[in-house]
Amino acid sequence: MTDLLLKNGRIIDPVNHRDETGDILIRDGRIAGTGKNLKPDGVETEIDVTGKWIVPGLVDMHVHLREPGREDKETIQTGCQAAVAGGFTAVACMPNTVPVNDNQSITRFILDKALDAPARVYPIAAITRGLDGSQLTDMAELHDAGVVAFSDDGRCVTNADLLRRAMDYTKLFDGLIIEHCEDPVLSNGGVMREGFVCTTLGLSPIPSLAEELMVARDIRIAEYTGGRLHIAHVSSRESVRLIAEARERGVRVSAEVTPHHLFLTDEEVRSFDTNTKMNPPLGTEQDRKALEDALIAGVIDCIATDHAPHTEQEKMVEYDYAPNGVIGLETALPLVLTQLVHSRRMSPSRMVEVMSVNPCRILGMEGGTLSDHAVADITVIDPERLWLVEPSRFYSKSRNTPFGGMSLRGAAAMTIVSGRIVYQADEE
Amino acid sequence: MQLRSKDLLGIEGLTEQEITLILDTADSFREVSERSIKKVPTLRGRTIINFFHEPSTRTRISFEIAAKRMSADGINFTKSGSSFSKGETLLDTVLNLQAMQADLIVIRHAVPGAPGLIARHLDASVINAGDGPHEHPTQALLDMLTIRRNLGSLKGKTVVIVGDIAFSRVARSNIHGLVTMGARVIVAGPPTLIPMGIERLGVEVSYDLDRVIPEADAIMILRIQLERQGKIFLPSLREYSRLYCLTADRLRQARRDVLVMHPGPINRGIEIDPRVADGDRSVILDQVANGVAVRMALLFLLAGRKEMTMNQ
Repeated sequence: MTDLLLKNGRIIDPVNHRDETGDILIRDGRIAGTGKNLKPDGVETEIDVTGKWIVPGLVDMHVHLREPGREDKETIQTGCQAAVAGGFTAVACMPNTVPVNDNQSITRFILDKALDAPARVYPIAAITRGLDGSQLTDMAELHDAGVVAFSDDGRCVTNADLLRRAMDYTKLFDGLIIEHCEDPVLSNGGVMREGFVCTTLGLSPIPSLAEELMVARDIRIAEYTGGRLHIAHVSSRESVRLIAEARERGVRVSAEVTPHHLFLTDEEVRSFDTNTKMNPPLGTEQDRKALEDALIAGVIDCIATDHAPHTEQEKMVEYDYAPNGVIGLETALPLVLTQLVHSRRMSPSRMVEVMSVNPCRILGMEGGTLSDHAVADITVIDPERLWLVEPSRFYSKSRNTPFGGMSLRGAAAMTIVSGRIVYQADEE
Repeated sequence: MQLRSKDLLGIEGLTEQEITLILDTADSFREVSERSIKKVPTLRGRTIINFFHEPSTRTRISFEIAAKRMSADGINFTKSGSSFSKGETLLDTVLNLQAMQADLIVIRHAVPGAPGLIARHLDASVINAGDGPHEHPTQALLDMLTIRRNLGSLKGKTVVIVGDIAFSRVARSNIHGLVTMGARVIVAGPPTLIPMGIERLGVEVSYDLDRVIPEADAIMILRIQLERQGKIFLPSLREYSRLYCLTADRLRQARRDVLVMHPGPINRGIEIDPRVADGDRSVILDQVANGVAVRMALLFLLAGRKEMTMNQ
């Protein structure tokens, strides 16, 4: 493993309460030292990163890589290329592949494919076999095979007894349950958030109640069992309130928010653009503001993209018939920089917490710090780079973004995994 | 004056002047239908395709008659018996229609926004003949024409829309149009069928039909269906009728010159008493006649666009 010295960057490392200009030395895939004017012997590569930020590698704990089964939408390779281009050094991938990641052979297939991919891949296994909500997967064996969490993502575990048993059972290894909170009886047939815009458009409504009831139920189950719960893609103000209260009571619950719920509202659906269709649906401006405030205040732990690739032909249909979901790996960091950090609503250091430190902590994975001896997963950010979102230039196989055409400020300049440069932005 | 858009996708966004233009034009075409030879050569050589993705009698035939009276070549096709059964997408289908040099496509579709989807990809004009619960602009225009012809104007008139507001494209288009034209709109129905936030469109909401009937210059009754998408919104049609059926008794509480309207098809005895539907305040069949005139006007204003542009 070659040595690498990054010089004169702004080192932002909230775990060590550090935000200062300096150098970082990487040796054998690990961080070997940080400081001013480092002059180590025998460094093979020295890169001047003046004006750029050096932060622990960003981690996206909610993506869909589509492999195995839907390689026309994304593969582990292309998804990871998109990840590193977006500044992410690791992604956790949801189990709704074909076949479902509900047994260790699929987990091993994913991990095997990931060996050739530029980013780290942390598989999430299904809670129930085939995601059918009736029988638990072999959770301990999956845990041993390397899964980082369990989720029937896209499908809420509606059987409360089963979810309760899953939360009890995963205490075997202090496992994490990630829930997509949605009561399908309440959301039945809906395609957008119930409210004024939905009423105007005549689309089938999904009441925010569909999410909130399940958030409330899941929090109680976590509290009752003592299990560890993570709530995926929180979208409503009332859900935020429920989570805040639960955390005050000491319930082991964490939560994530997506960039699209942070930066878009149901007003976007007026275009009938199917890239505004996702589940949970976009909320109102009050929801959006509550999510932003909760993320800044620490009630919501992290940003996760719910990167959900779909082909163009699948999305170029009538609104009701389009699949849910948008991609997000290549736009998340520039959006957060532009909308939250440059506007001074969020400090750079809080950004590192919500995009690196906290996802690592929740998943129990290495990373999230620039301490000596830590794994050298590092993102170098050019905070000033002006960048136009051009979906045709994405590394992802898919183009389904609602942010196309936006001008953003700030992007990943370099992504380093295990001390190896896996992505470097083209110089202007 | 011309309409700003090549398409009519909804009433939302139309100006008062545009609505007035359409209604004035329709007024002038009413006379054509009353001649013994009900035909003008205005749209000779134009191709108009009626593309109905959902069942329809009144609207489809009305468009068909309108096209014939304007001397356009009208082609009808429906979902069954088309290549949809072979998995062709909506966009591919309409691009094929355009390749056959269609000048205007009239579309009825179950999904809100579907007419807009095809309009964005076509040079041909598109008229929305109903897209799910979203909009049904030609229905609202014929309703407004009916009110205007009977009461002289829309401004300041109170229109009560009764029934299933949540799933009604007729209600939405009428709300946009009537509010734009300066009418007062009250929607009345059970809380389960009043959609969230509707008052922000500029309407008043009442659950009590009896309370608002005396204020109405026109009462627009909507068709009621017990069950939608597997969800129950009403305990029973019997109870609905008790609360919201426009009966002769209820009508007696209204102004003597009130207009009784219904877009059809009627559930006699459920949302409207047959005696009221057939009574002297009913303009239901007048609405149908005005529907042909409104559609002739729109075909003229949209399919005739190229001609008008060339002449200018």
